[in-house]
Amino acid sequence: MNKTTMLRAAGIGLAAMVAASGSALAQNTVKVAVPAFLSGPAAGPFGVPARNGAEMVIDAINNGKLPAPYDSKGFAGATIEVDFIDESGGNTKQVAEYRNLVQKRGMNVIIGYISSGSCAALAPVVDELKTLTVFAVCGTPRVFEEAKRQYVFRTMSHATADNVAAAHYVKDMFPDVKSYTGVNQNYAWGQDSWRDFDLSMQQLMPSTKASDKLQFPKIFAGQYGSEISALSLDKSDLIHSSFWDGDLEGFIFQATARGLFKQKKVVFTVGGTAAYRLGKKMPDGLILGARGPYGILVRDRKTALNEWFINTYKDRYGTYPSGPAYQYGQAVLATKIAYDKAAKAAGGFPSQDQVMAALKGLEFESFSTTVKMALGDGHQAVTENVYGITNWNADDAEPGVRDVKFYPAECIMPPAGATSEDWIKGGMKGAKC
Amino acid sequence: METAITILIDGLVFSSYLFLVSVGLTIIFGVMKILNVAHGSLYAWGAYTSAYLIGLWSDAGLGDGGTFLMIAVAAIVVGVILGLILERGLIQFMYARDEVITVLATFATFLILEDVILLVFGVNPYFAYQPMAYLDSVEIGGIQRDVYSLTLIAVAVVVGVSLWLGLTKTKWGKLLTAVIYDRELSIAMGINVTRVFIVTFVLGAVLGALGGAYVAPTVSVAPGFGVEVIVLSFAVVVIGGMGSIPGAIIGALTVGIARAIAVHQLPEVELFVVYGVMALVLVFRPEGLFAPAKARKI
Repeated sequence: MNKTTMLRAAGIGLAAMVAASGSALAQNTVKVAVPAFLSGPAAGPFGVPARNGAEMVIDAINNGKLPAPYDSKGFAGATIEVDFIDESGGNTKQVAEYRNLVQKRGMNVIIGYISSGSCAALAPVVDELKTLTVFAVCGTPRVFEEAKRQYVFRTMSHATADNVAAAHYVKDMFPDVKSYTGVNQNYAWGQDSWRDFDLSMQQLMPSTKASDKLQFPKIFAGQYGSEISALSLDKSDLIHSSFWDGDLEGFIFQATARGLFKQKKVVFTVGGTAAYRLGKKMPDGLILGARGPYGILVRDRKTALNEWFINTYKDRYGTYPSGPAYQYGQAVLATKIAYDKAAKAAGGFPSQDQVMAALKGLEFESFSTTVKMALGDGHQAVTENVYGITNWNADDAEPGVRDVKFYPAECIMPPAGATSEDWIKGGMKGAKC
Repeated sequence: METAITILIDGLVFSSYLFLVSVGLTIIFGVMKILNVAHGSLYAWGAYTSAYLIGLWSDAGLGDGGTFLMIAVAAIVVGVILGLILERGLIQFMYARDEVITVLATFATFLILEDVILLVFGVNPYFAYQPMAYLDSVEIGGIQRDVYSLTLIAVAVVVGVSLWLGLTKTKWGKLLTAVIYDRELSIAMGINVTRVFIVTFVLGAVLGALGGAYVAPTVSVAPGFGVEVIVLSFAVVVIGGMGSIPGAIIGALTVGIARAIAVHQLPEVELFVVYGVMALVLVFRPEGLFAPAKARKI
């Protein structure tokens, strides 16, 4: 072996060592991007608690501080390197940002997204780029009902559950309701929400009648004076709204000042996010959902996981966790469970395919409820849902809820293989309530 | 009848809001030929400052009646400070440049100011409900109305009349009119056009900030607050005619009433009605309803 050959061999050996060390590093860390609204009107009510929930759970996972049985460190032992990304700016920007995260920044997993618009736009791109992506909050049922997805998962129920449960709650608590109307934002989320609520009311309370003057203001419109007038003049005795973000809080302020909530019953399917933020300014008597068993509606649920979540969050951020905090924490937890399960089966650090196989059809105890990845060929979660009525707790000077009722997942979500619209129209066959 | 009264009041309230937020934009364009996209930021800064000051006032236990003073203070402070900074720091360098450059520069300023809002006020929305709660509500046409929103009509009338008197009955108004008609001749006649420009820009900025400051108690003041309003303001001034105050009044009334009719009678078209009206006007009057068509000097 001459000198040149020796040098070449040494060079190749060095390169191989560097490559090997790189591979070892890749197994020591998992790069995770967490998109949420960090600016814009949705940041305060949704993006910030979502980010906080994810951050708190990721820190606990990295330090092995989650309650048992999730107290092992990291994703399959690998430390989570997290990058929080701003979801605002529209769908086109999100698609470009997603490509950037995967193709340039080499993210291993993306966990997050709040807006239904973001998820609807991203779902096909995720499968194109073949990177595990766990949708945390977005609600449109179309993500898994319009196409089969391979790399996309969603770890909470979709909007159908919110609206079918809302109709059940109205039937159970206010059987005298004769007619209803709606004020929903004019895009996929608002339209899907109204469709499911309206269809559910037709099935569950067939004697009721929907108004023909439905309000669909633009998202982030901010001013609802004319809409509130139209709702006040409408003869309906119940109003359905899936408003969220700053729109929800602005609407509540404006409608309170005009006495709308004294005149009509109003069901807010995402109202839970406003409860802690508005405090005493949140009117009593509103029918409140939180897109599932999260936030104020499960504050009294005494499980180790839930108590850990509430106490840790309150100590760290100075407020109770609202729905988005739970929902992002839940998405991170699901990913951890999938990594750990896949690692156990593989006998080492798992590949992405192994993690996805572990996540598919997974059933696990989350912080506040049981999650089953039961729909969308094992990619779409179902959970129970819950509604209550706002009731200021004067003793503790805290917002509270009364008449809380839970509805099992099998009662409010379509069975595997059925689309939401067809299932509701067909009389919700197979529902176990 | 109830519906007609409700539509009229809803339309007037929304028109007043539109007039307040767009009149500053149209004044600046009319005098300076500057299309100020950063106007939305002045609105947002006015709203944030107003909400912040109202919160401070209320927390100090000084009585909710005084929160109205905070609205005026917010509008003047924001308008004067930001107006001066923008005019002296940016706009004065744009006078000799193409209008497209000005639009791009003010758009960039708008984006910067939006981010500065995040730095200063954070991402959590501000609530300043005290003035609205202070004035309570009243029943008109069979439904409850918050009195605060009704006062928006009075504020818009006061602003409109003051501007009309200022422009037609004062020496300053005549100077301004002279500059609007012919900038070069005004300079030749000894008018200090630079000073006229500064005062006009600051006045427009105060009006923009006033719009935000007055609306703040009715909404959740959140990041991105100024984006929507700039689009609506442009629609109003385009309908009325760029640079025309009567045009801003008519534009605001047209859009406000049309939107109220849509919400009550045909909610499906509410989203498009503002732009539908704008497109219709532009088909028949490309220069807007009140701006006279004129040849451009080269």
